[in-house]
Amino acid sequence: MSYLLFQISLVVYFAAMSTYVVFFLSQKNNVRQIARKIFLAGGLLHTLNIITRYLEAGHTPITSQHETVSFFAWAIVWCYLSFRWRYTVKNLGTFVSVMTVILMFIAALASREILPLVPALQSWWLPFHASVSIVADGFLALACIGGIMYLLQEREIKRKRFGMFYSRLPSLDALDKLNHHCLSVGFPLLTLGIITGSIWAKQAWGAYWHWDPKETWSLITWFLYAALVHQRFTVGWRGRPAAIMTIVAFLAVLFTLWGVNYLLGGIHTYAS
Amino acid sequence: MPRDSIVLLGVNHKTTPLEIREKLALSGGYEEPLRKLGQLDGIKEHYLLSTCNRVEVLYTTENPAATKAKVLNFLFGNAVPGRELDKYVYHYENEEAVQHLFMVASSLDSMIVGEAQILGQLKEAYRFASEQKTSGSVLNKLLHKSFFAAKRVRTETQIGASAVSISYAAVELARKIFGQLDNKSVMLVGAGEMAELAAEHLVGQGVANVVVANRTLERAVNLARRFNGQAVSLDELIEQLEHVDIIISSTGATGTILSKKDVKPVMRERRNRPLFFIDIAVPRDLDQDINDLDNVYLYDIDDLSSIVEMNKAERDKEAVKAERIVAEETMKFSHWLDNMEVNPTIVELRGMADEICRFELEKTLGRMKDISPKEQKSIEKMASAIVAKMLHNPLQFLKSDNNRCVDRRERINMVRDLFRLDQQDDCPEE
Repeated sequence: MSYLLFQISLVVYFAAMSTYVVFFLSQKNNVRQIARKIFLAGGLLHTLNIITRYLEAGHTPITSQHETVSFFAWAIVWCYLSFRWRYTVKNLGTFVSVMTVILMFIAALASREILPLVPALQSWWLPFHASVSIVADGFLALACIGGIMYLLQEREIKRKRFGMFYSRLPSLDALDKLNHHCLSVGFPLLTLGIITGSIWAKQAWGAYWHWDPKETWSLITWFLYAALVHQRFTVGWRGRPAAIMTIVAFLAVLFTLWGVNYLLGGIHTYAS
Repeated sequence: MPRDSIVLLGVNHKTTPLEIREKLALSGGYEEPLRKLGQLDGIKEHYLLSTCNRVEVLYTTENPAATKAKVLNFLFGNAVPGRELDKYVYHYENEEAVQHLFMVASSLDSMIVGEAQILGQLKEAYRFASEQKTSGSVLNKLLHKSFFAAKRVRTETQIGASAVSISYAAVELARKIFGQLDNKSVMLVGAGEMAELAAEHLVGQGVANVVVANRTLERAVNLARRFNGQAVSLDELIEQLEHVDIIISSTGATGTILSKKDVKPVMRERRNRPLFFIDIAVPRDLDQDINDLDNVYLYDIDDLSSIVEMNKAERDKEAVKAERIVAEETMKFSHWLDNMEVNPTIVELRGMADEICRFELEKTLGRMKDISPKEQKSIEKMASAIVAKMLHNPLQFLKSDNNRCVDRRERINMVRDLFRLDQQDDCPEE
C-alpha cells in the first residue's frame, strides 16, 4: 500500500516537473498554475505515503536508505511549499521539482524492505532527531538551489551576455534573500538536530559524542554553515561567494547523509 | 439598406510632424470635443482618442465622404490648408479602420512598439465616450474587441517584454539586480541629458532618492531640485558611494574618474550591498575592472546598446506574431458586422412566418371545439415545426459565407423580394 503510494507520488512529481519545465521554457502563466497544483498533489500523496509506511513499519520511517531519501525529498517539497506561501521566487518551483524527482528516483532504487528496528533506535528520540535533522537538510537544500540560481543569473549579468536565464530567473536580490531566509531557518534546525542527537547518544551509547564518522561530518557541516551564517550577519557576506559557500556546505550535507554510510561506515550506519 | 461605414481619421507621430499636430483644435479634456463632434451632421456614433503621439476620431456614418470634410474642419479649422491635410491625415474605412484600431490598442503602432501605456489611454478615452453615450452598439463592440485583441497580443506574445531604449534597458537591469527599487538611491555623476532621462525612468520605477554630483555645483543644485534630491561636489564622489546604489556617470572627463581600487574598500563599508554602475559617457568615465568586484556591476553605453539591439530583433519577431493576432481579430469582427447586416432581415422573416403561423392556428383551433389541451399542443408544435423547416434553407442562404457566387447584399435583396418583406405596406397587390 505505502509502496503503491510512493510510486504514484513519484509519477505525480515527475508530471509536475515536466509541467514546470514546459512553463520554464514557455513562460505561460496558466501552465505554472497547473504545475503548482500537480506539485501540491504530489506533496500530499507523498505525505500519505509516509504516514502509511509509518503504520506498516510501526516506527518512524527514517531508518533505511529508502526511507531517509524519500523523507528528504518530502522535506524539500514542504519547505518549498511553506516558503512559497510567504514569498514568491520566480521559477524556483522548476528547480525544486527537478531536485525532488532526482531524490525520489534515488529512493526508488534503494531497498524498500521494512527492517526491524535495532535496539539502539528504539527510542522516542528517533522521530525527533531524525525528522528535525532532515527538515533542516530540506531548508539547506532550498538554500543550495537558491545559490545555484544565483550563480546562473549572476553569470549572465556579469558577462553581459543574456541567455535563457536572464529573463526567467528572479532578481539577484530575491535569490539572495531566499538564501538568507533558508539559512536562518535551516541552521537553527541543524543545530537542534545535532544537540538532540548528542543527548540521544548519551542515552543509547553512554556518551554525548563518539567521533563516529557521521557525527564528525555533521560537525564539519555545522561549522561550514556556522561560518557562512556568521559572515552573513557580521560583515554582510552575500552574493557570489555566499552562493558558492552555500553549495559547498550542501555537498557536505549530502556526504554526511550518504557518503559516510558507504565510505566510512561507523555505528550510525544501521541498514546496509 | 446599406449598413453604416466605420471611419477612422487621425494623425500620429509617423505621418504628421509635430507642428501640424500642435495645430489641432483640441483643448484639454474629452467632454467638449466629443460634444461638438456629436453636433456634426451625419455622424451616428463616435469616439475620440488623443495622446501626445496621436489624435484619432472613430465614427460611424452613412455618408463617409461628406462627413470626412466636416470632421477635418472640426479638427483643424482653417489652420492647415486642405491639400496639405490629405498628406498628413490617414483615413481608413470599415475593415481597415478596425484593423488600425486593433493595431493601436495592441501597441503595434506606437512610437515604442509594445509599450503598455496606450491601452490605458484607449480605455480612458472610451470611458468618456461611453459616459457621454456617444458610442453605440457598433463602437461599443468594436472597442471592447480592441481591448480583447490587445490583451491577446500581450499574453500570447513577448512583445512588451524587453526594453528597447537605453534608459529602459538600464532600469530593467537595475530591477534584475535589486528587485524592488523603491528604497534605493541613484547618483548622477555629471548632469547630461541622457543621465537625466535615465534618472527620470528610475524615479518613475520608484527610486526614492536622487543625488547629483557635478563639476559646477550650480547645475547640480538645479538638477537635484527637479528630483527633490541633493547636490554634492565631485570631490565627495567616493564618500557618496557608501550611500547610493545606482550610479549613472556621464561626465565630460577625458580619463577615468573611478577605478577598481577606489571602489573595493567601499564595498566593505557597504556590507557588500550591491552597486550598479551605468557609464554612459564617451570616453568612458569608469574603469572596466570595476565589474570584476563581487556584487558590483558595471555597464557602459556599448553594453546597453547591444542589449537594446538584441531586444529590438526579438521584438520584431514578436511583432509578426502580434500582427497575425490582430488580423484574426479583425476578421472575427468583420464577420460580426456582416451578420449585423443580415440580422434585420432574419428577424423580419421570422416575424412574418410566426405571424402567419399564429393566424392560421387561431383559425383552425377556433373551429375545433372538443380537442384536449394535449392535442392542441401537438398541433401547435406541428405548425411551428413546418415553419421552421420551411425557413431553414432561406436562412442558411442568408447566413452562409460559402456562397461566394452571390454577394451578401444581393442575397439579402433576393430573400426580401421573395418573401415580399419590403412590400407589405407600401405596394398592395395588383
